Amino acid sequence: MANPILSLRGVTKRFGGLVAVNAMDFDVAEREVVGLLGPNGSGKSTTLNLVSGALPLTAGNVTLWGSQISGLPAQTITRKGVSRTFQLVRLLPSMNVRENVVAGAVFGHRRRWGREAHDHAEQLLERVGLGGKGDLSVGQLTYIDTKRVELARTLASDPKVLLLDEWLAGLNPTELQIGITLIKSLRDEGRTIILVEHVMDAIRSLCDRCVVMAAGTKIAEGTPTDVLSDKEVIRAYLGDDDA
Amino acid sequence: MNLTATDIRNLILAAGALGVCALLPLGDNGYWLGLGVTVAMFTVLATSWALFSGPTHYISLATAAFFGVGTYVTGLGIDSLPFWVLVGLAGIIGAVLAALVGLATLRLSGVYFVIFTLGLAELVRQVITWVQNNSGQKGLYVLTDLDEAGIYWWLLGLATAVFLAGWLIGRSRLGFALRIIGDDETVAAHSGINTALAKVMLFMVPGAVAAMTGAILAPRYVYIEPSLAFAPILSFQVVIMALLGGASRLWGPLVGVIPFTILLEVISSNFPNQTTLVIGIAFLVIVYLLPKGFVGLLDKAMIRFNGREGA
Repeated sequence: MANPILSLRGVTKRFGGLVAVNAMDFDVAEREVVGLLGPNGSGKSTTLNLVSGALPLTAGNVTLWGSQISGLPAQTITRKGVSRTFQLVRLLPSMNVRENVVAGAVFGHRRRWGREAHDHAEQLLERVGLGGKGDLSVGQLTYIDTKRVELARTLASDPKVLLLDEWLAGLNPTELQIGITLIKSLRDEGRTIILVEHVMDAIRSLCDRCVVMAAGTKIAEGTPTDVLSDKEVIRAYLGDDDA
Repeated sequence: MNLTATDIRNLILAAGALGVCALLPLGDNGYWLGLGVTVAMFTVLATSWALFSGPTHYISLATAAFFGVGTYVTGLGIDSLPFWVLVGLAGIIGAVLAALVGLATLRLSGVYFVIFTLGLAELVRQVITWVQNNSGQKGLYVLTDLDEAGIYWWLLGLATAVFLAGWLIGRSRLGFALRIIGDDETVAAHSGINTALAKVMLFMVPGAVAAMTGAILAPRYVYIEPSLAFAPILSFQVVIMALLGGASRLWGPLVGVIPFTILLEVISSNFPNQTTLVIGIAFLVIVYLLPKGFVGLLDKAMIRFNGREGA
């Protein structure tokens, strides 16, 4: 790849004797949407945690625009422009919807404060389909709306790279279509996104490229159509008989 | 800075209330002034305590440590330096001590932090006792011409500074960062907040304020010794009062300080031997019946009132 925005080289995470992520290598180009796939427990979320700084690496390194970000604390990585959502939605319970979004705008990559942050949050709420709901408390939201708030918070600092950890999981079929449309619109804005996902419809319609993991190791990489017909991938998901 | 009409109204109201409070020594120089000094002291301590512990939910029992250090600054320096220098010096020493403690302990969470801060007061007390035993000195006399009214005005000035600082912090990025940290530290870090730095910076405020309070109150004790200056009960009283009022608002602790100080005054004059018992019972009552203090009660009433209006 000519000029990758994000590169992982030999990224490894061990929890005691368990190797959760084993020497992962892959690049992400600017404006590319990369899907991180694999069966449960294959190390996808851990990989995302290593990129975002939520966990320290055991070995290897992650670079953003060629400069190393692995080893830095999460807040520094966020300030450099890598922003994420969480597998289990994490909102700030003592704040209303708007403040939850403002929280992402004040200290991150691109910083805003006061009226500017407020207006920016309103725009983002509009953007994710929560226009006019800024004054609600987060306890009043439906599940998909909590996910929208988290997405808006993540977008609030104008990140260069967006990490979405199973953002579409747990949605009903109608919500799923709304969710896919929303992510697609981010993609059309030219954002760089890594998404961990199980929903095959979403992967086919959103991803330029996929990286497939099994037991902590990369087993395939390529376009969605290619990797989903790959023998190794089918074996990892369905077992030997179907491969 | 943009002030709304409500902000300006609140500032004027606060200034008016302060003016009225400042007149107290002119009306009475005995019992009520004494009570006024105690209320002012706990207002300063509890409000500054809540500035940090309110948003972060870290329960600090280090008040006695900072307070004791402050009294010793005055005790040791009263013969050689002017009083206002000593108060300032105590503030600086308190802030530095708080920063050191914060760097060492704010990575600890929950109960570990509580225990460490409680131990800190005891540690400083034991060190001073040890030094005194080795030097053959028993305690320190603090003799000044500062009378009760003077102490009261000093504390009122400090209280003004604390409320002003709290109000400004509440409007600042630092205050906002602390609220995010209190809600979810992982989200805070992933929003770009340097969580350790934010916590240490805010922890320095109650450290400095408690040390300054100790420095101001030292003349009231006349004779100071470690068991008096570092009495751990002070830390607990501050926590109880702040929680009774409610640590989620700037004025919350004040609402707890006034009734509790008066209650304590009545109890300790009528049942001097059961004071600790009453503090214990008050703690239980607050935890069981008023987990969010009077402020929480008020919020609940407001929600119910607004709900009825809406329906």
